[in-house]
Amino acid sequence: MTNTTDTIPALELRDVVLEHGDGDTKVRALDAVSLTVAPGELVAIIGPSGAGKSSLLAVAGALSGVDAGTVHVHGTDLATLTGNSAARFRLDNIGFVFQSGNLIPALTAADQLRLAGRLAGNRKVDPKPLLEAVGMAHRANNRPGQLSGGERQRVGIARALVNSPTLLLVDEPTAALDRARSHEVVQLLRDRAHEAGVAVVMVTHDHDVLEYCDRVLEMVDGRLSAIAA
Amino acid sequence: MFLALRELRFARGRFTLMGVVISLIAVLVVLLSGLSSGLVNDGVSGLKSMPATAFAFDEGTITDNAFSRSLVDGEQLDAWRDADGIDEAEPMGVSFVNGVSDDDQQVDLVLFGIEPGGFLEPALSEGEALGDELGGIVVSETAHSEGLELGSVITLDRVDVELTVVGFTDGQATFGHVDVAYLPIDTWRLIASGTAPAGEPTAEAIDALDYDFSSVVALSADADTDFAAIDETAGTMTMLRQKAFNASPGYEAETLTLEMIQVFLYAICALVVGAFFTVWTIQRSHELAVLRAVGASRSYLLRDSLAQAAILLIGFTALGVGIGVGLGALMPEAMPFDLEFVPITIATVLTIVLGLAGAAIAVLRISRVDPITALGGQR
Repeated sequence: MTNTTDTIPALELRDVVLEHGDGDTKVRALDAVSLTVAPGELVAIIGPSGAGKSSLLAVAGALSGVDAGTVHVHGTDLATLTGNSAARFRLDNIGFVFQSGNLIPALTAADQLRLAGRLAGNRKVDPKPLLEAVGMAHRANNRPGQLSGGERQRVGIARALVNSPTLLLVDEPTAALDRARSHEVVQLLRDRAHEAGVAVVMVTHDHDVLEYCDRVLEMVDGRLSAIAA
Repeated sequence: MFLALRELRFARGRFTLMGVVISLIAVLVVLLSGLSSGLVNDGVSGLKSMPATAFAFDEGTITDNAFSRSLVDGEQLDAWRDADGIDEAEPMGVSFVNGVSDDDQQVDLVLFGIEPGGFLEPALSEGEALGDELGGIVVSETAHSEGLELGSVITLDRVDVELTVVGFTDGQATFGHVDVAYLPIDTWRLIASGTAPAGEPTAEAIDALDYDFSSVVALSADADTDFAAIDETAGTMTMLRQKAFNASPGYEAETLTLEMIQVFLYAICALVVGAFFTVWTIQRSHELAVLRAVGASRSYLLRDSLAQAAILLIGFTALGVGIGVGLGALMPEAMPFDLEFVPITIATVLTIVLGLAGAAIAVLRISRVDPITALGGQR
């Protein structure tokens, strides 16, 4: 990476508005949300259910368009992407970590990573180093059904990192984990963010793990505000 | 096919269940195809082996059983002989008879009266051709199973005419599920006229015969011959070879019934495979949403899922066809059952193609999976 690209934010939302439904049932999921995340930064977003946290991830991840405002991921305006080009962009630039891992039941841990590589056209992914980095090398040949919740989440993180994304979007990673595992997983995310220079946006309910985050924001009724970490 | 293959292995229980159903359908399709070919051969192999391009029947003959019902006279025959574009026109007599062989076996035969040395004469597997003996007959190879041998004498019921087996055809020659016995047209006329004396047919009886009828005129002609125009002058009704098969006893009824069962099987195959893949796709819709969110294109997932269906269908159809062919080889000889390459290949391909069509309609749901559903709580 050159110095010029370093200064480009990994994620930049400006005055984003997103509405669901219409007429009387119209809800503002995102209300003039602005957020800038630098490479290598771990940002946590907390807030009650239905506050718009998932909508924020959908918008930042090119899964959903916006009604107003702009979204840039590593300098690319997401409004210029449609359908398949958005899928291709997600593949190359954005990693998703879902609740409880959301792994493919039929695939071993190593194959989860290989499939993610293949989708991006890379048939020669070596899953080993990444599985080692998340402490799962010894489980490479186990399927999700044979893994614990924490292990699944680690494989999910490794899968999200296969195509070297610039932005990692993490949806409630600790929802199904006990306290000790939650800490391990979020520490892992922080380490990957700091070591690989990946920007991480993590949505969570779990106030316990905020100590590992560089920045904590709160979302209420579609509005985003900074709170003291 | 990375995902497709691993899923086939992972969910092998479910896929095997589906596969067994596909295999069973394939077995049935093969057995029906064999039965269908067998019945066709039993019904019309005597006609199929003839090099005739068409048959001219008497005008106004009802199409069912037309061969034994029709009667054309010498004038009609001559009209065809003199017509342009006709290479060969020979009389052919067809009649069903019952008789008793010299070892007291009852035999059913269909007499095909033909010109000795003419173009209708069958190829032989043993014995000699028609002509030398007035009462000599060449019977279907399959008549061996009825105890007929060279030199066997068959006495026809009621008229007591004696016929001697002088040869056997090369391969099956049956008509309306009865063995064919070829004999000289003159002898056929003698029997058909009802004036034949008991015992062996004699030259005197034939010379004294004033009877020039035959059942039909067998024709060999160019495909572009204007049969209708000649029909007009000859007072006949011509049917092309394939159509003439329908004029054989029971032919249409048998083939249509079996064809209908086969069509139903194909439809069942498409529906069952379609239903299976609909449920399978719904089952993994969350996983598909995750893959879409990660960045898999629609076409990648569609291709992968179709490949999965194709592997399942081709594999288990091949297995079923193999079992069906194996079972077919074990069929008792009395059963009209013939395994023929072309109909079985067509049946196999149709099973696979229609199964794939069913799967394709089911798998198209993939394009409606919304990647956003991968976010948030599990559903």
